[in-house]
Amino acid sequence: MIPAQFDYLAPTTVDEALAALAEHGDDAKILAGGQSLLPVLRMRLNAPEMVIDLNKIPELRGVRDDGDHLVIGAMTRHSDIATDPQVGEHAALLQKAVHHLADEQIRHRGTFGGALAHADPAGDMGAPALALGCEFVIAGRDGVRNVAADDFFVDLFETAIGEDEILTAVRVPKHTGWGAHYEKFVRVAHQWPIVAVAAAVKVDGGTITEARVGLTNMGSTPLRARAVEDALRGQPATEDAVRDAAARAAEGANPPSDLNGDAEYRAHLATVLTRRAVLTASGV
Amino acid sequence: MTAVQEPTVEREIGRERRRKEDQRLITGRTRWTDNINLPGMLHLAMVRSPFAHAKIVSIDTTAAKDATNVVDVLTGADLGESQGACINAWAITEDQVTPPHLPMPTDRVAFAGEVVAVVVARSAAEARDAAELVDVEYEELPAALDLKEAATDAVLAHPDLGTNKSAFWKFDSAEAGTGGDVDAAIASARDGGIVIEREYRQQRLIPAFMEPRSVVVDPTGEQITVWSATQIPHILRFAIAATTGVPESKIRVIAPDVGGGFGGKLQQTPEEMIAFAVARRIGKPVKFTETRSESLMTAHHGRDQWQKLTLAADKDGKVTGLKVELLADLGAYVAIIGGGVPVLGAFMFNSIYKFPAYQFNCQTVLTNKTWTDAYRGAGRPEATYGIERMMDELAAELGEDPIEVRRRNWIDASEFPFTTVAGLEYDSGDYEKATQRAMEMLGYDELRAEQKRRRDAGDRVQLGIGVSTFTEMCGLAPSRVLGQLNYGAGGWEHASVRMLATGKVEVVTGASAHGQGHETAFSQIVADRLGVPFDDVEVLHGDTQISHKGLDTYGSRSLVVGGEALVKAVDKVIEKAKPLAAHLLEANAEDLEYVGGRFGVRGTDQGVTIQELAGAAFAAHNYPEDMEPSLDAEATYDPVNFNYPHGTHLCAVEVDTETGQVSIRKYACCDDIGNIINPLIVAGQVHGGLVQGIAQALWEEAVYDDSGTLVSGSFTDYLLPTTADTLSFEVDHTTSPSLTNTLGTKGVGEAGTIASTPAVVNAVVDAVRHLGINDIQMPCTPQRVWKAIQGAGSGGATPGAAMPHFSEDQPGQDSTEGAGA
Ligand SMILES: Cc1cc2nc3c(=O)[nH]c(=O)nc-3n(C[C@H](O)[C@H](O)[C@H](O)COP(=O)(O)OP(=O)(O)OC[C@H]3O[C@@H](n4cnc5c(N)ncnc54)[C@H](O)[C@@H]3O)c2cc1C
Repeated sequence: MIPAQFDYLAPTTVDEALAALAEHGDDAKILAGGQSLLPVLRMRLNAPEMVIDLNKIPELRGVRDDGDHLVIGAMTRHSDIATDPQVGEHAALLQKAVHHLADEQIRHRGTFGGALAHADPAGDMGAPALALGCEFVIAGRDGVRNVAADDFFVDLFETAIGEDEILTAVRVPKHTGWGAHYEKFVRVAHQWPIVAVAAAVKVDGGTITEARVGLTNMGSTPLRARAVEDALRGQPATEDAVRDAAARAAEGANPPSDLNGDAEYRAHLATVLTRRAVLTASGV
Repeated sequence: MTAVQEPTVEREIGRERRRKEDQRLITGRTRWTDNINLPGMLHLAMVRSPFAHAKIVSIDTTAAKDATNVVDVLTGADLGESQGACINAWAITEDQVTPPHLPMPTDRVAFAGEVVAVVVARSAAEARDAAELVDVEYEELPAALDLKEAATDAVLAHPDLGTNKSAFWKFDSAEAGTGGDVDAAIASARDGGIVIEREYRQQRLIPAFMEPRSVVVDPTGEQITVWSATQIPHILRFAIAATTGVPESKIRVIAPDVGGGFGGKLQQTPEEMIAFAVARRIGKPVKFTETRSESLMTAHHGRDQWQKLTLAADKDGKVTGLKVELLADLGAYVAIIGGGVPVLGAFMFNSIYKFPAYQFNCQTVLTNKTWTDAYRGAGRPEATYGIERMMDELAAELGEDPIEVRRRNWIDASEFPFTTVAGLEYDSGDYEKATQRAMEMLGYDELRAEQKRRRDAGDRVQLGIGVSTFTEMCGLAPSRVLGQLNYGAGGWEHASVRMLATGKVEVVTGASAHGQGHETAFSQIVADRLGVPFDDVEVLHGDTQISHKGLDTYGSRSLVVGGEALVKAVDKVIEKAKPLAAHLLEANAEDLEYVGGRFGVRGTDQGVTIQELAGAAFAAHNYPEDMEPSLDAEATYDPVNFNYPHGTHLCAVEVDTETGQVSIRKYACCDDIGNIINPLIVAGQVHGGLVQGIAQALWEEAVYDDSGTLVSGSFTDYLLPTTADTLSFEVDHTTSPSLTNTLGTKGVGEAGTIASTPAVVNAVVDAVRHLGINDIQMPCTPQRVWKAIQGAGSGGATPGAAMPHFSEDQPGQDSTEGAGA
């Protein structure tokens, strides 16, 4: 498959990238890992005239400790997240999820920021990022703004990032000591999730004191299962209690119907997977 | 002349040789068609119809012609008769309705993806860009999409033909004199016996070979040379010549290294024909390589049948008759084998069993979807699926072990050769032995015990065990039989052996490998038979200038037909060398014996090697008067019978009743493929075949939407398994050598695919049968399994209840209704 012709620029700073974006407007596309963009170009679903490659901007890659947050650069590869000890300690949910994302080769190219900016409702990074209450650092010509997770995902493949803006980093509140699990349901190993559930729980003396539950592919954006979170708070970390709470997983969701399952089936899956995710995260 | 030496030759046949072709194939540093670049070569891009069925009102190529570096833009009208036609080589009945199939139609498209114009440009990218500028005006026509609906002629796929029904093919054992009257058997079973009626769906599949199709045509030599990623260079040459009027002798077809086919490259494609016509017209070499999307959408698909089956048995579970009624979806055109694919299954529904009465009916139907044709197994997986599902259903009805019920019906080892109710003579086999071994490998009894424990405990995850005892007819095919079936060609194969001056050996085969490992296996055969080192044998194939005669590779034929031709050619070389040896040794020919590549004079240490004889024949300084100075020989072998490998495949699956997820716990199979030339290649064929068959059971399905667009048009939606989805298979063999070829071999290329699909589905159904389920439509997606469980809970089929009878006016006879979409 051959993409339509485009020009290519590889700036070395964010400012240069922003300038280029400003110049080319909506004729330009940002290239991160290319794992979603290149298929789109090659299938000619999109034909930008200019591709601006972020791979030469070193400041965008890496994980750094910032007090009660981790700051993950947008160009940090999935494979970096998978192995980074700080992520393991303070944001284990991201690590649990990223292990299920595509395959080894794709994890070595694809980026954390690219996956979030792409905002595929079936993407594996959205629900964990939402559940952990990440903040999205977005740079534009007028400076940098932080967008809360709840405001970041707008619709199918649509985020709060403006046309002339770049996602530079994601600030992840530390969830040190929380149990975490990502329960992904697929038909073949290397597949986008039919439904997946991201759960982080804080268990104290057998009681769930706090829970954060995100749903993948249960609507046009990643979703928080707030009804489940509320129901879990203060409950014993037992099969029965978790089952009751998980039964509310699909409340307010609007799952799609496709070859892999209809909305009814997805709603059912969400309850089963939520129960399993929360129980595993709770160490039960 | 060498002095006597102990023959130290290790037998090559049976050795686990690594494939000599693999290094170049795996690293990709080889001659794939798309790697071929010729001076001045132009590139093609196809403009394809987005509609399933539409009139072509007009095609405006002006903008595309004006685009940078575009040389020309051509339509079907521009090419006219020079584009030839795509042929159907097998009209299964004399009155078969066969729509004309132009590579580029001029007035009407009959499926989404059909080519309506071709852009010729200096680069592939420029061709692609310009293709978007071709402006085609269509007038959409109603499309015949659903197979059953199409069979009613409600909407016509080709309005001019007046019907979608292409051909009706029937075999009846009473009429053929090979068995009794099936309707009588069913009638009598309805009265005191057992009648099982089911309808199964063979979903549409996409062969999905690794290397997309590619073709290069160079018209600048005396022979027009065509490189194509094809399984059938010889047949392609014939088809091009026959439909374009270019003499066959002016065409050279080369299938260089070809990256897989699975039947999907057993075709004469529109793209090949278009490339041929364009190259001739413009006078320059051209190349066309399809994208993966084009491949999934337009390379022929496979399977796609509805199977209505009626099995009659007596109270003790002895089958008394089987009636098969098939609807087979041809797609928009009758492809090269076309309706022949389901007909290949006609002889196999009775499988390994002694059915007294049998009837097979098949209606082929035209629709406005991608044409269908051979896909690994071609007709035989469908048949095996049908009968093996039914044998499990019979066992369930009887409340008995499915192996026990099969044993009661299968042909005993002592009964070979056995003439079946479909009229074939099976030469050898031992079903009991293979079954015993497979049961041992699986741990059948322990798993049955575990299954019972889990059922009794009402576990969330249930265990199921599926059985599939298969046989197939392969080694296509005795030419006379093909003639009786009205097939357009024979089934022989050709081989030649060339003894080079240096003692090296070139072997030419008419089989055309595309990943199977012929170069290795054939070298092993020649090394043993001729007594030369394995590394001294070079196997050449796939080029009509080198291999002038052949019928190519499909239908598990290369070894059992092509290998036999090779054996005969090697024997002729030895025969030819003998008088020369006698002459040089000054001995009597009768006193010579040929051992380990050397003619020795019995009782002496005198001898001469085949290499020395090759050198002597080359020099030709000293040879007998009545001999030609050459040891080269060729042979054409026409098989006397089909070839009947068999095996028992057992699969244990776990079904998560909460989600419907199916996971394979263990898979064990024991195949009897006669003598084995190279166990490593056989293991590869079995493993790959199993995965492909399992994929039909669980994952793959080509799905169209209501407007005839292929929804599963990329690998995101057409789920191909990867190694991450498979498990370590337990594979073993029993050996009942074939009695109809010298090497005693049986085909193995399709075995795994044929056997595994019903083994898996039987296992899935077995896991949930106690919940009141007796079928789940393929692929058994988690949703389908889950919905079947939900449906069963709320008034689905009741186990043990009387089997429903087919009735024309009664809906709900599709066993899979309610099993989810
Ligand atoms: C075969 C395959 C299987 C896959 N399976 C999965 C899976 O199971 N689960 C899953 O979650 N993902 C999967 N992916 C997608 C993978 O996660 C991608 O890496 C990810 O979706 C996009 O990240 P990227 O860095 O490759 O971004 P790109 O493809 O480079 O970009 C994606 C989009 O985001 C925009 N963009 C990228 N970075 C920025 C930025 N910093 N600021 C603003 N806009 C930006 C781009 O312009 C583009 O529109 C799969 C991909 C492939 C090819």
